[in-house]
Amino acid sequence: MGLEEALPSGILLTTVEKVAGYARKSSVWPATFGLACCAIELFEAGGPRHDLARFGMERASATPRQADLMIVAGRVSQKMGPVLRQIYDQMADPKWVISMGVCASSGGMFNNYAIVQGVDHIVPVDIYLPGCPPRPEMLLDAIVKLHDKIQNMKLGADRKAEIEELEQARLRRLPLVVQGTGQTGIGDQGPHGALPAPLPTDHGEPETGADHGEPQRGERS
Amino acid sequence: MTSDNVTDGQPDPAAVAGEHRLSQQVERTGMFGTGTTGDTSGYGELRVRRPDQPATPRPYGSYFDEVADELAAGLERGGGTFPEAVSQVVVDRGELTLHVPREHLVAVARLLRDEPSLAFEMCLGVSGVHYPWDAGRELHAVYPLLSITHNRRIRLEVTAPDADPRIPSLVGVYPTCDWHERETWDFFGVVFEGHPALTRIEMPDDWKGHPQRKDYPLGGIPVEYRGATIPPPEDRRSYS
Amino acid sequence: MTAEAEGRVYDVGGQDWDQVVAAAVETAEERLVVNMGPQHPSTHGVLRLILTLDGETVTELRPVIGYLHTGIEKNMEFRTWTQGVTFCTRADYLAPLFNEAAYCLAVERLLGIEREVPQRATVLRVLLMELNRISSHLTAIGTFGLELGASTVFLYGMREREKVLDLFELITGLRMNHAYIRPGGVSQDLPHGALEALREFLRVMPRLLGELRALLDANPIYLARTKNVAYLDLTGCMALGVTGPVLRGTGLPWDLRKSQPYCGYETYEFDVPTQATSDAYGRYLVRMDEMDESLKIISQCVDRLAAKRPKDDPVMISDPKIGWPARLAVGPDGLGNSADHIAHIMGQSMEALIHHFKLVTEGFRVPVGQVYTAVESPRGELGCHAVSDGGTRPYRVHLRDPSFNNLQALSAMAEGGMVADVISAVASLDPVLGGVDR
Repeated sequence: MGLEEALPSGILLTTVEKVAGYARKSSVWPATFGLACCAIELFEAGGPRHDLARFGMERASATPRQADLMIVAGRVSQKMGPVLRQIYDQMADPKWVISMGVCASSGGMFNNYAIVQGVDHIVPVDIYLPGCPPRPEMLLDAIVKLHDKIQNMKLGADRKAEIEELEQARLRRLPLVVQGTGQTGIGDQGPHGALPAPLPTDHGEPETGADHGEPQRGERS
Repeated sequence: MTSDNVTDGQPDPAAVAGEHRLSQQVERTGMFGTGTTGDTSGYGELRVRRPDQPATPRPYGSYFDEVADELAAGLERGGGTFPEAVSQVVVDRGELTLHVPREHLVAVARLLRDEPSLAFEMCLGVSGVHYPWDAGRELHAVYPLLSITHNRRIRLEVTAPDADPRIPSLVGVYPTCDWHERETWDFFGVVFEGHPALTRIEMPDDWKGHPQRKDYPLGGIPVEYRGATIPPPEDRRSYS
Repeated sequence: MTAEAEGRVYDVGGQDWDQVVAAAVETAEERLVVNMGPQHPSTHGVLRLILTLDGETVTELRPVIGYLHTGIEKNMEFRTWTQGVTFCTRADYLAPLFNEAAYCLAVERLLGIEREVPQRATVLRVLLMELNRISSHLTAIGTFGLELGASTVFLYGMREREKVLDLFELITGLRMNHAYIRPGGVSQDLPHGALEALREFLRVMPRLLGELRALLDANPIYLARTKNVAYLDLTGCMALGVTGPVLRGTGLPWDLRKSQPYCGYETYEFDVPTQATSDAYGRYLVRMDEMDESLKIISQCVDRLAAKRPKDDPVMISDPKIGWPARLAVGPDGLGNSADHIAHIMGQSMEALIHHFKLVTEGFRVPVGQVYTAVESPRGELGCHAVSDGGTRPYRVHLRDPSFNNLQALSAMAEGGMVADVISAVASLDPVLGGVDR
């Protein structure tokens, strides 16, 4: 893709990462995807009091081709889902998504036929921002966290190593859903599921000694 | 008991009303509405019956009498009669509702709009309501009308059975009903005959079902937390 | 490219511009169908416009809506009457207090308690509705400017709007979607410092609105883009059932606050501004004048709220079977039930505890019937048709949203004009797609 993808791991790559990260985060152009009430708070965030321009983000590009960040602000209805995906696909890499508001993050207060229960069903989300609607200051906080993420993004060989590492960590992490059966494994005694079957014992060697941070599965249900 | 109803030749109105009430359909039993939750209240034998809405006798009050009279006069001029075109008049909470059989809807609406003494220039849309328990009259379409000239409001209510959900379209009389009728078709399945382009307006074009009908589920999914699941709103305990 | 019955369809996916140009050159067809939206900065939300263009002239315009349909009305059938306020408030999200007011007036009429809503609650409702009118019109004018390319207008509008949102936050606790107006009254009384903040607001706003006017009223570019654009005269408005500033821009002074007053509007002194030009510029002037009138009404409200109060001056109906039980107060951990109220229900009155429990879990029961109440929202007549079956939940609530109705008039306004005028037309109608789609 570029020079940074071809460099081997080392001090040169780290420096390039820092510079590239700094450049990317200083001028993120949001794609306006304001849908509902959160869009109004997004406007306010661009207003004089909470100023998005200090981050270099006041130039919101309506065309997704020139946008870096898609802030999904508002509830996504079933009709809007394909449009959302199409806009996301039209954005060029690197791109990030903030799901602003509870409706975008999880469906919010509208748990019904018409609303997609979280845009992470449609696009991969980097930052989830709760609130109904979130204050502009909360949005700025999410943006600053995203800037952190962008600044520290690894490139090239480092990125591949990071992906390997994250994947291993995820595989070792105890899942919420019992793999293969689709049942939730913790405390699901509501009308939608019976008590779960005992867990398969393929979640790796039990950690001995110090690491008892994760709750022991199979003991709570 | 029934012999007590007749006192000095006249049936006791309270007893008659009570018997009429007992003959109404049972709407819900017990204290809690949904049958899925255990009712430990001790009110399990409670039978709540559905009250019917009787027609209001004359005089209706305020400007309603005038509206009814002018409408009757207009209908007679056109060769119809008031009882034929308006099956029931209900005055409730300061608002007039004219129940119109669907065959007469367009004629009544046109009269209400064109007659200078009535002059209901604006129709404020169509609101559909679904009463699945009212056999033969499940789908209601409610049209609020506004007269700017006389500063009045009335309401027209039309019914259609589920088996034959057709209601004549008012787009020819009130063009504003265009989108409102499309919305009522979308949400209730009421087919408005004579509508220029009756298609779905809110739901995606290939959606199946009519969401705001009572037999259509809310469609919520259980909400998952770490360690618990909360059922969606329609599965939670209801109190009515 | 496919050959359809009505002409050729070009699917432009990217990196095929030369093919599109070649095809356009060889075809003799002059008409062009352009899809605008649903994601587009110049639409007030997710509105999709399908334009058939003949050069620069719009020969046909079809709005497609439904991209924000939330099922609010169906959701309200599964919540209690009081919880319904939190849902309806998100329909027209730029005028949330109007949604709440229309719904609560409907519920109160069904309950038959219209005359028992406390006077102070009514004044607070009027105060907040007029503040909301100002914030809504500021957004309308701000986004109007932004869409025409005048970003300064947008920033001015947002800056002014922040002042109104500060007041909302002070009084209701939230900047938007307040759930403040509830059946029976309002959720809490004015906090300390609210009257001073309101007076300060009234002091600075006229000058700021004047600045906004100075930017636009005589601006030749603005005039060129809005004068005689998006014309819809009185006949058109009547046929299409259009209400609000669009109707008042045709010269008819129809305003529900004057003609069919609610919430005590007949006791306030204000005028109904109209213009007679029936174009986008006229509607802009109507909105600016309405903001001035709203400031007048707010000033009268502040006087009434500042007046000497009787000893018992609640903001929620006193009927314990209906009025929301908690007296809210700000405690060490935020807003919640006041300590007095907790002490009362836990220590002093079993009946109050039962009422609190029943009202919060079950809600009050509303007698059978149906009503239609309407308020004058910034966009027109916002009506609420509420049907009750005697239970604790609404049987059916339908919000007659003015934007839904007014958007039908878009075709009539924009067809025959130029593409750029479509933007002006949409902006002058000021639709809010949350209300359109609900």
